Amino acid sequence: MKTNFLNLSNMKTFKLLAIPFLCLALFTSCSDDDNPTLVNEEEVITTMTIELTPTAGGNTVTLQTRDLDGDGPNPPVITNGTLMANTTYNGSIELLDETDLNNVEDITEEVEEEDDEHQFFFTTGLGTVAYADMDGNGNPVGLSFTFTTGAAASGDFTVTLRHEPVKDAAGVSSGDITNAGGETDIIATFNVTVQ
Amino acid sequence: MKHFIAIIALFVSLSGYSQDCNFIFLGEIVDFHDKTPIVGATIYIKELDKYVASDIDGKFKIESLCAGEITLIITHVACENKTEKYTITSDTFKTISLEHHIEELNEVSVNANANKNETKTAQETVIDSKKLKRYSSLSLGDALKEVPGISSINTGNTIVKPMINGMHSSRLLIVNNNVRMQDQEWGIEHAPSIDINSANQISVIKGSGALRYGGDAVGGVVVINPRRVILKDTLYGNTTLSGQTNGRGFTASTSLNKTFKTGWFANVQGSVKQNGDFESPDYLLTNTGAKSYGFTANGGKKTLESGFEVFYSFLNNEIGILRSSHIGNINDLVTAINSDEPFVVDDFSYDINSPKQEIRHHLLKGLYYKRFQNFGKLSLQYDYQNNQRFEFDIRVGEDRDKPALDLNLQTHTVSADVVVDSNLDRKLSFGVMGRYQNNFANPDTGVRRLIPDYDKYDFGIYGTSEWKLNDDVTIDAGLRYDFNRIDAKKFYRTSRWEERGYDVEFAEFEIEDLGTQILTNPIFNFHNISASAGAKFDLNSNSYLLANYSLASRPPNPSELFSDGLHHSAARIELGDLRLDQEISNRISATYNVQTSNFELNVDVFYNRINDFIYIRPFGVEQTIRGAFPVWNFTKTDAEFFGIDISANYDINSNFNLSNSTSFIKANDLDENRPIIDIPPFNINNAITFNKAEWNNFSASLKSEWMFRQNEFPDFNFEVTNASTNETTVVDISTPPSAYHLLHFYTEATFPISKKTSLNVGLNINNLLNTNYRNYLNRLRYFADDLGRNILLQVQLTY
Repeated sequence: MKTNFLNLSNMKTFKLLAIPFLCLALFTSCSDDDNPTLVNEEEVITTMTIELTPTAGGNTVTLQTRDLDGDGPNPPVITNGTLMANTTYNGSIELLDETDLNNVEDITEEVEEEDDEHQFFFTTGLGTVAYADMDGNGNPVGLSFTFTTGAAASGDFTVTLRHEPVKDAAGVSSGDITNAGGETDIIATFNVTVQ
Repeated sequence: MKHFIAIIALFVSLSGYSQDCNFIFLGEIVDFHDKTPIVGATIYIKELDKYVASDIDGKFKIESLCAGEITLIITHVACENKTEKYTITSDTFKTISLEHHIEELNEVSVNANANKNETKTAQETVIDSKKLKRYSSLSLGDALKEVPGISSINTGNTIVKPMINGMHSSRLLIVNNNVRMQDQEWGIEHAPSIDINSANQISVIKGSGALRYGGDAVGGVVVINPRRVILKDTLYGNTTLSGQTNGRGFTASTSLNKTFKTGWFANVQGSVKQNGDFESPDYLLTNTGAKSYGFTANGGKKTLESGFEVFYSFLNNEIGILRSSHIGNINDLVTAINSDEPFVVDDFSYDINSPKQEIRHHLLKGLYYKRFQNFGKLSLQYDYQNNQRFEFDIRVGEDRDKPALDLNLQTHTVSADVVVDSNLDRKLSFGVMGRYQNNFANPDTGVRRLIPDYDKYDFGIYGTSEWKLNDDVTIDAGLRYDFNRIDAKKFYRTSRWEERGYDVEFAEFEIEDLGTQILTNPIFNFHNISASAGAKFDLNSNSYLLANYSLASRPPNPSELFSDGLHHSAARIELGDLRLDQEISNRISATYNVQTSNFELNVDVFYNRINDFIYIRPFGVEQTIRGAFPVWNFTKTDAEFFGIDISANYDINSNFNLSNSTSFIKANDLDENRPIIDIPPFNINNAITFNKAEWNNFSASLKSEWMFRQNEFPDFNFEVTNASTNETTVVDISTPPSAYHLLHFYTEATFPISKKTSLNVGLNINNLLNTNYRNYLNRLRYFADDLGRNILLQVQLTY
């Protein structure tokens, strides 16, 4: 018969109960006071700049959307422009990550490298847009394009960049966004005056 | 020293009258706890092959003993057998303690299948291993739905979060082998890191009645217990294999348990699961594959008087998330909602691509307990958990294979619990708990942290007590205090910090201004009081009533305080709120239970009033380069939840059984005077089961699951203008999907192979009619239908 049961002695119980708190005190003292490292978002597109140069020569028009705080509360800053009527412009698009203004990254290259997974779409009533570049599969990308304006008017010029669109869906290769699917990386609407 | 040489073999003692054989052994048998005499215990004297019984004072007498050893084997109903050896040198008196309440004490088990409730007066349902085995290839959240009132909030089909009476995430406390899970449970896409195959029994407690585990269980507590230790020399185990058509998945799980009569035990368990893309009735759900493996080992020694246990479990999950649910902006969401089919439907594959989650969870626990005579039991426990979560988004360029979220949560907990049960009619428990938690958000992701680095300190102290007033009435009551301190280091975008007004209200948190971002050090302390009181009335021998009141206090979780960023599959910006305080729940509940030989009915009703209920709702729209996004803020309101859960079981005859489970719940936002979002609709399940024990325990059942449409929902729809088409559309994110009705079939039989080996074969057909449906509580319901027919064959070998 075992008779060596501890009779409950207060001292012993208290000792046992104290163990957890000693341990806790130990953990607490271990925590360090180092500050975490800052994360500057990578591969974020903050800025899209579209340069429109008349094929026949003349002033280059720049349209821009710039959203330095990304998902932050500030809306993008839009730079609109004025185009000449019945003129063909060569368009080119540059994408930048300006999250860290001391270390601006060019995202255009990323899109060029993965051009089969990206496509720009242009929607406007001010003229016609035609793609001037192709990916490896012969589908349009839209980093280069031509924009032929119509008669004098003013209205919207909307540029959308889709990631992983269904490029072989109906109408997509001719620039119709309806069946494109994919995810929207950029959408910007510029107020453009044609005169 | 007088010492008679003991050379008494059995036949010698029987025939050896020539020796000095006139000693008397007087014994007294008493209860281990309270020293009361045990009447009618049988004492077998091995050497004499003779039985005696203890009298009304617990005493017994053995006469004409020879000098030498005697072995007494004492047995009594409801007691653990006890063997004692004595050396007789003279007339002897001994007191022998017997454990009289072995089942109630829950330490060790005589009967492997004994279910044990965690509470006396709370609404508790136990799911036993027999039911659990059917969920081997599914998840904890699926198994819990056996209980009326329990539903789940899903992201697809593999991320299943349990929901108790409409509440989930931080409002539920999940306890695995007495360790409170710390697995980033705040997120709605964060399923519990539990391998269902490691559970032997699960208790679901609605409300916060189980104060021992925490005071913040506004919704309820889920207690998962591994197999109890059997005091027997035995080796047993089982192996389960299953394969299913939908997702072309398989599961293999095996466990091996070794126990010894001395109390030593060791168990190991492991399981592997994999499935490829699931299928809805009409199309494949691309990128919904999952891979999972888990391992559990525990061992130690458990006896009535003292014991220890070391437990380790590991779980690794890799879960693909429906490709089409990753969207760029709100127009993509509109397109997805309006489209009948997901945009990306590829050929079947086991590949798991982005978006996906990878989760690893380690749990290590050490437990020691000692029982003191005439007092009770003291347990000391330390546990450590390491939860690593990676989330992979669809990214471009060099970041393609980099996780977008990389969080490591480590938790150390020490606790001491005392149960004073020397008087089983008046049990008292109390304990203390200390916890340290560290969250580390790896900056290498190149994505701003969704949840910041933080240290969290918790301290808790509680006392609960249980009185058996008389044969018909048991009451219990408890009180708990918790202190929580969260010390975070978070970078805010300066624009956000100012927009929220934090620069004025929380200027003291600012540490460093880095231009576009600002480093802050928010520190919050919370003091929480929780309490519970209840009574159980036995109306007669087959029915009882329960009544319970509980008060719970839950501090805001890190997500509610600190969230700050774009949530991809929801196309919304989610913002936490540093101004949030605890939510306080006052819940009253009542249960009526009746059980006759062929009928069982359980009715649970509850009313839960929650002040400062924390939830997320839309507040406006913000423009970004990717378009307009609705902004959802965590905010608080006063809310009420009430409902009724019914389960009924009726044996028509010895072969046929009908069962029903029904639950209905309503939840209102009292400040805004509208319903609360994501509340399970009225649902009713009926099943008819045919059993025939003579046919190798054959059973077959047909179950009907009828989910009504949720007609009470807040209207969080908003308008958006599509810049490409210049059309303004309403984004209907609120309207719940239609009602649906599903049929499920299940059949099983058990074939004995040898004396100790049996083979159980089960066939399960889910969604028998291949019905198209979408579930209101599946977050991917905007993008695709739910699962089509699934035929699952499972064999389980028990040895």
